[in-house]
Amino acid sequence: MSLEQFKNRNGIPGYIYFEGEEKPKNGWEAFKRVVRISVKGELFVGLWIVLREMLKKGNSHTVQYPAEKLTIGPRYRAIHRLLRLLESEEERCIGCGLCEKICISNCIRMDTHYDENGRKQITEYTINFGRCIFCGYCAEVCPELAIVHGIEYENAGEQRSHYALKEDMLTPLDTFRANKQEEFQGFGALSDNADSFIKKTPLSY
Amino acid sequence: MGEMAIVIETVIKAITVLAVVAGMAAFATYIERKVLAFMQRRLGPMHVGPHGILQLAADGIKLFTKEDIVPQNSIKPIFKIAPVIAPASAFTAMAAVPFFPEFTLFGYTVHPIIADINVGILFVMGVASVGMYAPLLAGMSSVNKWALLGAARTVIQLLSFEVVTGLSILAPLMMIGSLSLIDINDYQMGGVGSWLAWKQPLAFVLFMIAGFAETNRTPFDLIEVESEVVSGYATDYSGMRWGLFFVGEYANMITVSFLVSIIFLGGYNPIWFIPGGLAILLKISFFIFLFLWVRAAWPHVRPDQLMWLCWKVLMPLALLNILLTGIVLI
Ligand code: SF4
Ligand code: SF4
Repeated sequence: MSLEQFKNRNGIPGYIYFEGEEKPKNGWEAFKRVVRISVKGELFVGLWIVLREMLKKGNSHTVQYPAEKLTIGPRYRAIHRLLRLLESEEERCIGCGLCEKICISNCIRMDTHYDENGRKQITEYTINFGRCIFCGYCAEVCPELAIVHGIEYENAGEQRSHYALKEDMLTPLDTFRANKQEEFQGFGALSDNADSFIKKTPLSY
Repeated sequence: MGEMAIVIETVIKAITVLAVVAGMAAFATYIERKVLAFMQRRLGPMHVGPHGILQLAADGIKLFTKEDIVPQNSIKPIFKIAPVIAPASAFTAMAAVPFFPEFTLFGYTVHPIIADINVGILFVMGVASVGMYAPLLAGMSSVNKWALLGAARTVIQLLSFEVVTGLSILAPLMMIGSLSLIDINDYQMGGVGSWLAWKQPLAFVLFMIAGFAETNRTPFDLIEVESEVVSGYATDYSGMRWGLFFVGEYANMITVSFLVSIIFLGGYNPIWFIPGGLAILLKISFFIFLFLWVRAAWPHVRPDQLMWLCWKVLMPLALLNILLTGIVLI
């Protein structure tokens, strides 16, 4: 295919060249122009539109904020949550430390230890929300979907640093048992048809 | 004895008009915010009282208790007196406006007009124009460039619309043959068909346009338009002095609405089954609504466009109208 038609910058078909309005040549044309400019139907269209909007019922877009709240989209990044495993009630976090490493404002701090079974357990996990910029990297990097962003956006504080401990962010056990732990729907979450992609690990050699 | 009664009656009428119109002006600010909000798909004031109706009281308290700042280098006496001119002239203008038809109270016939002078319309328009001194003096005495620009624009505006107001009203006056607003009203006794708006449609439209300019409303709000001159002449004002300007502006709106209703739309003559007092109230409510409506819908014009419009379009049209009326009358 030749590039001719793209290289030709003069006289592309379909373009209308507009050299501004013609100056009125005589008094009569000037008068017609004045009439055309002064008496316009558009003015009344404008009046009609605002009146129509006024007469519509329930047409207001105002959210009376403290009393009414908008629902936040699932991809919104607010205060973090630590989720639990669906079957065992255990914490999902495996203590890999990736979130601590990737956090660009260095606000995640975690300590781990080995329990009697030799499994890694989280001793301490804190996020300093005074420093967190809610970039979402921690949620993105987490291999277990353990740390995710919640939707609690009203988090003004009195101090610059505000530490959330693991207990604050982890789904409480009774909420979990009441089946109220909400699965994260936002970025990085499993898609709805994730189950259909699961294949058996080929172990039978 | 008779003179004393007239004095007392006049004082009572004056105080009533002052109180009622000031109340209406305050209420108009609330209506304005609500109507504009609905037209722009908002809610407007909602928090003080049911649907924000007590916002009026809140605003009043705020304006009265706010610190009254007089800028250091301003010309203080003029700066202080300027805001008083606006409502003073607006209320003075109302002295010659008949608000309602005559009615009888405790066997005493009341004429709801403070002073029935035989040049009523001239008086009203003259005094209302004196109100333009308020923005002019305010803008010149507060040492502020925005204010000065606002003052300069005031003069432009006065020079532009005043000629249209005068000329447009001339044609209906020629037909009526009297300058008293009561005579003008009585001329249109014969129901809706005898309204002057049908006989003088051009004068009606011209007078409306000039009325918008006279009250500094959009599309001619160029002396205080925020996007160009911050707040124009009122930039340096605060508290109740600032509030006085706006009482004046709304009082002027009410006066202009009364004028248009009386001169062109049959005034306080009853329409069909609607009694006259109610009829004129409906008319001025409509005009106040029109002021707000236009503010929500239309852009405003530049100063040069206003001059162009008034001198090159409206004034010739007004003259033409006078000429045609003269020919028809002869
Ligand atoms: S959202 Fe970003 S800044 Fe906040 S904890 Fe996660 S990685 Fe750190
Ligand atoms: S990345 Fe996830 S699994 Fe790893 S430590 Fe952080 S929260 Fe735990």
